[in-house]
Amino acid sequence: MPEENLPAAQDHPHGAVSVADEEHPFSDPGLPPHEHRIQDIDERAAKRSERVVALLFTISMLATVGFIVSYVTIPHDKSIFVFPIGHISALNFALGLTLGAALFCIGAGAVHWARTLMSDEEVASERHAISAPAEVRAQVHADFKQGAKESALGRRKLIRNTMFGALTLVPLSGVMLLRDLGPLPGTSLRHTLWAKGKLLVNMNTNQPLRPEDVVVGSLTFAKPEGLEEASEDFQNEIAKSALMIIRLQPKDIKDKRELDWAHDGIVAFSKICTHVGCPISLYEQQTHHVLCPCHQSTFDLSDGARVIFGPAGHALPQLRIGVNDEGYLEALGDFDEPVGPAFWERG
Amino acid sequence: MSTATNDESRARGKAPAGERIADWADGRLGIYSLAKANMRKIFPDHWSFMLGEVCMYSFLIIILTGVYLTLFFHPSMNEVEYHGSYVPLQGQLMSEAFNSTLHISFDVRGGLLIRQIHHWAALIFLAGMFVHMMRVFFTGAFRKPREINWLFGFLLFVLGMFTGFTGYSLPDDLLSGTGVRFTEGAILSMPIVGTYISFFLFGGQFPGHDFVARFYSIHILLLPGIMLGLMVGHLILVFYHKHTQFAGPGKTEKNVVGMPLLPVYMAKAGGFFFLVFGVIAVIAAITQINPIWAMGPYRPDQVSTGAQPDWYMGFAEGLVRYMPGWEINFWGHTLVLGVFIPLVLFGLVLGVIALYPFIESWVTGDKDEHHILDRPRNAPTRTAFGVAWVTVYMIGLVGGGNDIIATHFHLSINDVTWFVRIFFFAGPVIGFIVTKRICLALQRRDRDKVLHGRETGIIKRLPHGEFIEIHEGLSQEQLHTLTAHHQYEPAEIGATVDENGVERKVPAGEKLRAKLSNAYYGEDNQIPKPTVEEYKEITSGHGHH
Amino acid sequence: MKKLSARRRHPLAALVVLLLALAATGGLYAAFAPAGAAQADETSQSLKIEQGKKLYEVGCASCHGTGGQGSSNGPSLVGVGAAAVDFQVGTGRMPAATTEGPQVVAKKNIYTQDQIDQLAAYIASLGAGPSVPTKQDYDPAGGDIAKGGELFRTNCAQCHNFTGKGGALTKGKFAPTLEGVAPQHIYEAMQTGPQNMPSFPDTTLTQKNKQDIIAYLHAIDSPETTQPGGMDLGGLGPVTEGLFAWIFGLGALIAVAVWVAARTAKAKKS
Repeated sequence: MPEENLPAAQDHPHGAVSVADEEHPFSDPGLPPHEHRIQDIDERAAKRSERVVALLFTISMLATVGFIVSYVTIPHDKSIFVFPIGHISALNFALGLTLGAALFCIGAGAVHWARTLMSDEEVASERHAISAPAEVRAQVHADFKQGAKESALGRRKLIRNTMFGALTLVPLSGVMLLRDLGPLPGTSLRHTLWAKGKLLVNMNTNQPLRPEDVVVGSLTFAKPEGLEEASEDFQNEIAKSALMIIRLQPKDIKDKRELDWAHDGIVAFSKICTHVGCPISLYEQQTHHVLCPCHQSTFDLSDGARVIFGPAGHALPQLRIGVNDEGYLEALGDFDEPVGPAFWERG
Repeated sequence: MSTATNDESRARGKAPAGERIADWADGRLGIYSLAKANMRKIFPDHWSFMLGEVCMYSFLIIILTGVYLTLFFHPSMNEVEYHGSYVPLQGQLMSEAFNSTLHISFDVRGGLLIRQIHHWAALIFLAGMFVHMMRVFFTGAFRKPREINWLFGFLLFVLGMFTGFTGYSLPDDLLSGTGVRFTEGAILSMPIVGTYISFFLFGGQFPGHDFVARFYSIHILLLPGIMLGLMVGHLILVFYHKHTQFAGPGKTEKNVVGMPLLPVYMAKAGGFFFLVFGVIAVIAAITQINPIWAMGPYRPDQVSTGAQPDWYMGFAEGLVRYMPGWEINFWGHTLVLGVFIPLVLFGLVLGVIALYPFIESWVTGDKDEHHILDRPRNAPTRTAFGVAWVTVYMIGLVGGGNDIIATHFHLSINDVTWFVRIFFFAGPVIGFIVTKRICLALQRRDRDKVLHGRETGIIKRLPHGEFIEIHEGLSQEQLHTLTAHHQYEPAEIGATVDENGVERKVPAGEKLRAKLSNAYYGEDNQIPKPTVEEYKEITSGHGHH
Repeated sequence: MKKLSARRRHPLAALVVLLLALAATGGLYAAFAPAGAAQADETSQSLKIEQGKKLYEVGCASCHGTGGQGSSNGPSLVGVGAAAVDFQVGTGRMPAATTEGPQVVAKKNIYTQDQIDQLAAYIASLGAGPSVPTKQDYDPAGGDIAKGGELFRTNCAQCHNFTGKGGALTKGKFAPTLEGVAPQHIYEAMQTGPQNMPSFPDTTLTQKNKQDIIAYLHAIDSPETTQPGGMDLGGLGPVTEGLFAWIFGLGALIAVAVWVAARTAKAKKS
């Protein structure tokens, strides 16, 4: 490399040459001088910019026309294949793209106009103190004191105290009005529709279940007899009484109570997670574990549905079941503890 | 004044219409005084200063599209049978809310587009607020006089989360219903009052028949109303304080350098609204969001795996997922710590960042106004704290998506959960230490650059055979920019012995403050910036390399 | 220490750090990934055997025992029925290597349908079990799509996701995606409950119920399914939507903001 092509600072490795104010090298040199853009000095370049901006605005107009045409002509259920997106709604695609183009081009045009044709000279503007000057401050204080004195609020304590009292109490009316937002909990969280003699009805077929329907390794969901999807309280009731039924080899059941409450290895557990109430039903038939899809609480259904992982605090409630005279599975009572998420009064 | 008015009256006959309308308005609203102060208001140009605009514009887009959606949405939980054009749900029982959302998606022309714009804009709004908040945090823009505006912004973020959540719940689909069920469980976990609040919110037992209508008025009226007010306040304060700026030549604490509102900034900011709207519209044209028809109507006994909230609630979701299942029973009561602790942590983590400006100014004793932004490296402890906070937040997000992460990276969900449990504690510590070291290293590099110039990469061989790399000295502009920041001294505990030699009792708060202050400005916690003397010594002395 | 400091400036230093970071990430991944990848037992493909028993003795007996009674490496096949064989072998899950990971995954099927039928006949002869369904049983055309959707959400979505994209189970196990799985195999899986999947026998989920579910899946999860709103981002819900909003939504807007705020090129420097 020839000598003269090296940077000018080569003999002054620390480049003192470029510092204007050698006495105060770190001081503020002030705003750098304004430099012109091509558009500022070349009218042809400026014209080009103008045409680009106008073109963008024109595209926007055409896109809006396209939007209206799409809205009128494309049926709402027409599907098209767009690579690589796949099969999508033609109307949504056309409306979105035309609307997007119409909006984007307005923005792009305005910004290009600002960037290339409007002045780009940086200006400094002074900041002013936010705090008021001392005399203003003094004046405000004095005015306030005078006002306070004229109101005699400090002197007439009776007025002051009763006023504060009234203002404190009046919002209570508003709070009272919220009372009827809902009934009091009472014991409603402790009871479900399950009761002695209620048949276990298969969710899929809406038929009562027999023990022989439930085989080892299978998973069945059940609801109490009489609860129909169209009934008024279906959502509230199913939220508590949804049941998960599996069958284990009786020898695989480790928990004595679970075995007692089962019928011939058929166990019925609440489907509602004891953590925050998701319907838990990711049953692994080989491990007998059931996982919650919401927060991964894991319960061991062969061991009293005890929690073995995750944030749930206690086991899934089990429903005592038996078989009635006609050979159908029936509940032998309600759950003996509240189902679903724990709450303060649960105990 | 009166002469001016007379002049104007005389000229009025010939004045253009716009001017006459403006005169008319000024006579009633005093718009000229307002315009005088603001029309040529200066705004500095930097891409990161536009993040707030991304939020404001997406908020406006959400309001516009939201109003459209209210024209078709029925906030009712009455059961109806579906007879619309989406075949896989025909004949199914569902709430009117779900039914009307299907109607918007399949039978209102453009309804799906508006729904998708509304939802995408919401996700982007929250993401924008998060990034905007982090920009403000890491550049120290929250310092005096902007602490109140920081709180306004923080409130907008938190209210945005809840507005988003209530909106996500309105269609009453299986995914959102699962989220609402989670909300019920979380409310139930609150000691003493939980059960009552839950019954009052849902009008009885979950799910009841009321929550969609109640969430609706919260979602479209209460929360957005408050947010609109806060946003206007936020903007007024931005105008009033004038924008901050990065250090540079000509930029001081007493001025603001940039482009005037009229015309440049108005064109750029106005144009930016259309750009944001355009980008979101295109996204909504090609990318599906929240396909409620695929999820089906809500039923409390049904669920899908991969049940997650929208991303802004993912951090809370994560806290709940990796919390161990602690539950304490005593005297007939249950303390559901497994859910309640995450609920409290959620508030604490957000609260810490909200109060940070006040904590920092107490620790450092810095009561000055600041209009020049900090480079993050020049405030290592703050930057490290911010990174630690973001780490906690991100770990929460990872925890909230643990099942998706497990299936897509072929990991065990239990291992992912354990990883997250450990890194909830270890992550922020590592983040803090690493960030602080990086900041200090960058400060050292700045110091080297000021004193020794920029490494040019050009190797020169001296006559006696030695090779040196040529360092190019910085210009005065660069020198000024790199040395403009102020470095503080750590606060000292005053004399522990008074003038009579009697030991003075130092309050614990003061001791703590001195310790923390040392962590900010102590010897090993910032690199002294080069002085003019050092610079002159090195530049004048030859032979140094 | 000094040496290290000097080398930090090296132009390749960044590359070295990047490689180290990648290696560390990979190591961490290896530590967390459940061990073992499925390897098809290729040897059996080379042997052409006409009868199911012979096929069985070569491909299956080493784990399931010479008479199908099972061993420590594989469960008993007595009474699993022809449907189980058709599913397990037809989807390539069986034969499996003994070093499978947390669960046996679908692979390329190495048997012809004739061979599978022979195997199935042999297993069915060991003890009564569900037989292979006929086309009439599982033909999507005969199912009630809406009813199938309701059944799917009650029985299947908790593991396989709303649209059959699959999901996580415990300890690295997972429910696989149902996309592209033959209707016959879906039917057989419900009937027999392969691996950790519970079974849904005809007594609790009737043939018609199963057909409805298959019809629903066919309507919502086939390559021809219309996703009205556009790309479905994997059909995974808010996680991928959130990622998309951050990366492409906010990312695009920031890119636009950089353009808006950037200085226009100056005349001299261009």
